[in-house]
This record gives sequence, structure tokens and C-alpha cells, in this order.
Amino acid sequence: MSLVDFDDVHLSFAGVNAIAGVSFTVAPGELFAIIGPNGAGKTSIFNVLSGAYRPQRGRVTFGGLDITGRPPHRIAAAGLARTFQNVELFGNLTLLDNLMLGRHTHLRYGTLAAVAWLGRARREEVAARASVEEIVDFLDLAPYRRIPVGLLPYGVQKRIELGRALAMQPKLLLLDEPVAGMNLEETADMARYILDIREELGLAIILVEHDMGLVMDLADRVMVLNFGVPITTGPPAHVQGHPEVVRAYLGEAAAV
Amino acid sequence: MNRPLMHHRYSSDMALLNTRAKKVAMLALLAVAALLALLLTDDYLQLLATGAATAIGIIGLNLATGYAGQVSLGHAFFLAIGAYTAAAISGDPHGRTIGLGITSILVWLPAAGLVAAAVGALVAPLAVRLRGLYLAIVTLGLVFVGGYVFGEWRELTGGSGIGRPAAVPELFGVRLDRSTALFTRDQQLYWLMLTLLVLFALAARNVARSRVGRAFNAIRDRDIAAGIMGINLARYKTIAFALSSFYAGCAGGLLFCITGYLTPDNFNLALSVVAIAMVLVGGAGTISGAVLGAFFFTLLSPLTKALPSLVPAVTDDATRTPNIFQLETVAYGALIVVFLVFEPRGLYGLWVRLRSYWKAWPFSY
Repeated sequence: MSLVDFDDVHLSFAGVNAIAGVSFTVAPGELFAIIGPNGAGKTSIFNVLSGAYRPQRGRVTFGGLDITGRPPHRIAAAGLARTFQNVELFGNLTLLDNLMLGRHTHLRYGTLAAVAWLGRARREEVAARASVEEIVDFLDLAPYRRIPVGLLPYGVQKRIELGRALAMQPKLLLLDEPVAGMNLEETADMARYILDIREELGLAIILVEHDMGLVMDLADRVMVLNFGVPITTGPPAHVQGHPEVVRAYLGEAAAV
Repeated sequence: MNRPLMHHRYSSDMALLNTRAKKVAMLALLAVAALLALLLTDDYLQLLATGAATAIGIIGLNLATGYAGQVSLGHAFFLAIGAYTAAAISGDPHGRTIGLGITSILVWLPAAGLVAAAVGALVAPLAVRLRGLYLAIVTLGLVFVGGYVFGEWRELTGGSGIGRPAAVPELFGVRLDRSTALFTRDQQLYWLMLTLLVLFALAARNVARSRVGRAFNAIRDRDIAAGIMGINLARYKTIAFALSSFYAGCAGGLLFCITGYLTPDNFNLALSVVAIAMVLVGGAGTISGAVLGAFFFTLLSPLTKALPSLVPAVTDDATRTPNIFQLETVAYGALIVVFLVFEPRGLYGLWVRLRSYWKAWPFSY
């Protein structure tokens, strides 16, 4: 059974079609990449999946649960985490607080318990801290624990955002351009983290990325999108040679 | 080897006072604060008691505005609800205004907070739909609604310009607003307010470092990302308003114990604005900042009152210009401008600067 079933989804803004009938499925543990030129609707798919946008038509199922049009916090609690194209960290908060925010849905104590900070609240917080420390280790973030993340370099912020998503212990991870604006070395590091995540945690990942080298190296299957319509879906080798894909990216020879 | 900054457990690293310096400083501060009651004269103690009660309300406003980013100009309204709930519960049953005659502070203080919190939770749906400036204007409306209701509801409030006696602070059968054989009225009230301030501040600090406080911060900084992290925005905005109003309600009940009297005119827009000023000047988003801000503004008034004796041109006669009341208002406004321009983190920010300077001394670069 597939983990994600994205079924004939339509999303438009005032008549402009952002997604016009996209369907795909993602299996548990699969790395599914979505590529396409700017404005193809890749991030819109993420926004529909995570609940930020409500599609006009179609159905989205996640882990057997119909999540179409559900509020984002419900979808997050169901086990979906994402990163953003432009880093959306809480810049005033420290690295630890950002990662602890990732644990939010796993902490169960209420406001009254928080006031007293005894028993359950303290136990859960300490446990959350311990699991956050594993992520700090995993992503080599130890030097930055108590620094407000807004002050840290861009590459580190991208890594922290990945860490915050991992702290949610999701079933599915959406990565929106994880290596955008990174140099070669940082890209290689990020690729290694993504491989490690797959290997150690077995997470399903949907990856949106413009770095074709990265996509072709990592993805199990690739979907190519143009103007909100899927062109083709298949293994990297299949996609690379597809004539429609070449046309979408490079255009065609002008008729003389 | 003795390494005081070395933590072996997350729980000790996460403690509020996680270094020896913090523990010693906090103990010393509390000891000095408690002993002040024996050293200062009654009018200064009254002022400090007012500062402590005010601080409770400002901590509340800071939870909603500084932590959760929900700008509220309606704080005066919630203070009024608390003040009248407390006054009505502890009031004289045979008096001119509503009174149930239950004078125990253990009853009317939580009641004042809970009634205000309930009203805050009712108002919260507005905050769910609005933010920023729009929310500020809507909460401003509360002050005017409250002004009208409390002005007209004479059985409860005594009416504008007349007023009614405030809540009676009685603890375990002792009337704290009457001098006893051992201590004066103002000593007792000061200790009461100080103790409550410590309790309320500690509770707020705990909320701030919990999942609730982090959710508040997340909503303030990026509400869309907060939702995607699994934070229920409507729920946490409601909690922020209810909690903030609870603090306001308790502060309202306590504040007027000190003067013993209140009229609906106490709860005007200026009170809401001064409350916001205290948050900003003290330091938005910090508990100690809220306390600093409240004391700073409260302690300004004896300074302005001393002005006529120092500067002959200034009078304390409200009908002539320049008088101290005008100057006080000008000083409030000027302080807000100066702090926002030069130190947006407020008094707390000044303290942070001072601390990091001495941490690095003598290598201050």
C-alpha cells in the first residue's frame, strides 16, 4: 500500500492553474523527486500536502487517512514534516528551541502542568531534550546549541530546518530545495545527510530540487511537472531521455 | 576538579537557575526585597507594593503580546474585570454596592483571575481571525465597551466619579490592610504583593519554557510555519489570551487593595497604553523585563512628584501649566520613543549588554 496517494488534484488561484490534475503515489521508504521549471507547481504540491492550501478538486490520502483540506497542525500530527524553500526557522529562538518546537506534537502535557513544571511536564521535556540531542549529533550542530538561529549562516540554517523536521519523527519528509544556494561541499554534505536519513530512519521523502545531479543520484522515481501538469513519471534514467522533458527545460528549435 | 558549569544531566542544564551565580543572585535579591519592608518608610513600601501588583499584570500582558505576539490594547478592560470581581466577592453585603462578604484572598484572587480568563477566552476568537494592527484596534474597542458598562452598572461599580471600596485582603483571618501589633499595613501588603509576584513570575517563567511558551513564540515569529510544526494556532492564541487575562484579573484585584478604593475611571485607554509601554520599556518577551518595566514606571511617579521642590516653574496643581501630571505623561511618551529607537530590547536588553560586557572583561572586543 502506498503511503501517499495524490489523486487528480486541481488547485487554482483566481483562474490561474497552479496544479491542473496531478496524480502520483509514494511508497513507504521511497525517495520521490518532483522537478520542473520555475512556476511548474512543485511547491504548490507541497503546500497542498502540508495543508497550507486547500485544493479545489481531488483527494490526498496520507497513511490511509484522507487529509484533503485538513488544517496543517492535524496533518503534522499525522506524521508529515517539511522544510521550506526559503528557510522558515524561528530566527529569534535558539537552535535547541527550534528543534524542541519540532517535538511539539510528541509532548502531551497541558498548560496547567506547564505552570507547575513538575512531574509529567519535566519528564517529557527532559525526554524531548534527549531526543533533540540525538539530532544535534546526527547533523553536527553541536557548536550552535544556544545561538539564535537567525544569526547563523545560511547553510547551517538549512541543516537546522532539516533537523527541526526530523525532530517531528515523521513518516514522510518533504524537502523543498534543500541545497538551493549551497556550494558544492555543502551540497555533498546535504546529500550525505539525506542518504543517512533514508538508511537509518527509513523515511519516505519527497524531494523538490533544481540540482539535477542530486536528484538523479538520489531519487528512486522522478516526476516532471510543467505548468501544473505532469509530463512523465519514472526512474531517473527514463526521465532524463524523455523528449517532452527536454522540451520543457530547453524549449524547441524555432521554426524557420 | 570542580567545574560549576559542567552539567551531567539534561534536567540540571534545563533548570531555571542552572548556575551557582544565578542561584546566589536570586536568593540575595529575594532576601533584600523581603528585608526592605523593615528599612523603608510606609509610603515607599506602598509604592513598591503597587509596583509588584502592577508587575503581575504586566507579566500577563507580556505573555500575550511579548511572547505570543498578540498586541492587546484591552488590558485595562481585563484589569477592571478582575478588580470588580474581587471587589464584589469581598465587598460588604450590606453596602451600597454588590458584595458577597467573602473576604479571604484565597477565594477572591483565583476568582478574579478565572472570570477575567473566561472573558479573555471569549475574546480570543477575534485574535484567531485578526493579527497585528487590526487586533490592536479591536482590543482597543474592549476598553470603550468596558468603560461604558462599568460606568453605567452602578450596583457593581458605584458609578463613574463615585466608585466603590476595593477588595479586602484577608489571609487566614488576618486583615492585611489593617496594621497589626507587629507590622504596619503597608509592610503586610508589601510582603503579600512580593510573595504573589514571585509565585506568578515563576509560573509564567515555567509556561515560557514549556511547549506552550515555545508555541507562543512560534506563532509570534512565523504563524504559517508554526501550523506546519503541528501547533494549533486557534488553541494557542486562546490559551495566550486566557492566561494573559488571568494575570490581568489577579493584578486588578490586588492593585486596588492598596489604595482601598476604585472607580470606573481608573480603567481608561491611558492605562492600556501605559501597560504596553511597561512591556516595551522593560523588554518584550522576557519575564524579568516585565517586572523591570512595571517597577520602573511605578517608581517614576515619586520622581515627578519631587519635581516642584527642585524646579520652581513646575507645580503640582493640575489646573496650571506645566504641572507634574503633564510632565509624567510626557516622560512616559519620551521613554517609549527613546527605548524603541536605542534599545528595542528594553531594560532587559541593557542588562544583557552589561552582563556580556563584564563576562568578557577585560577583553571586551
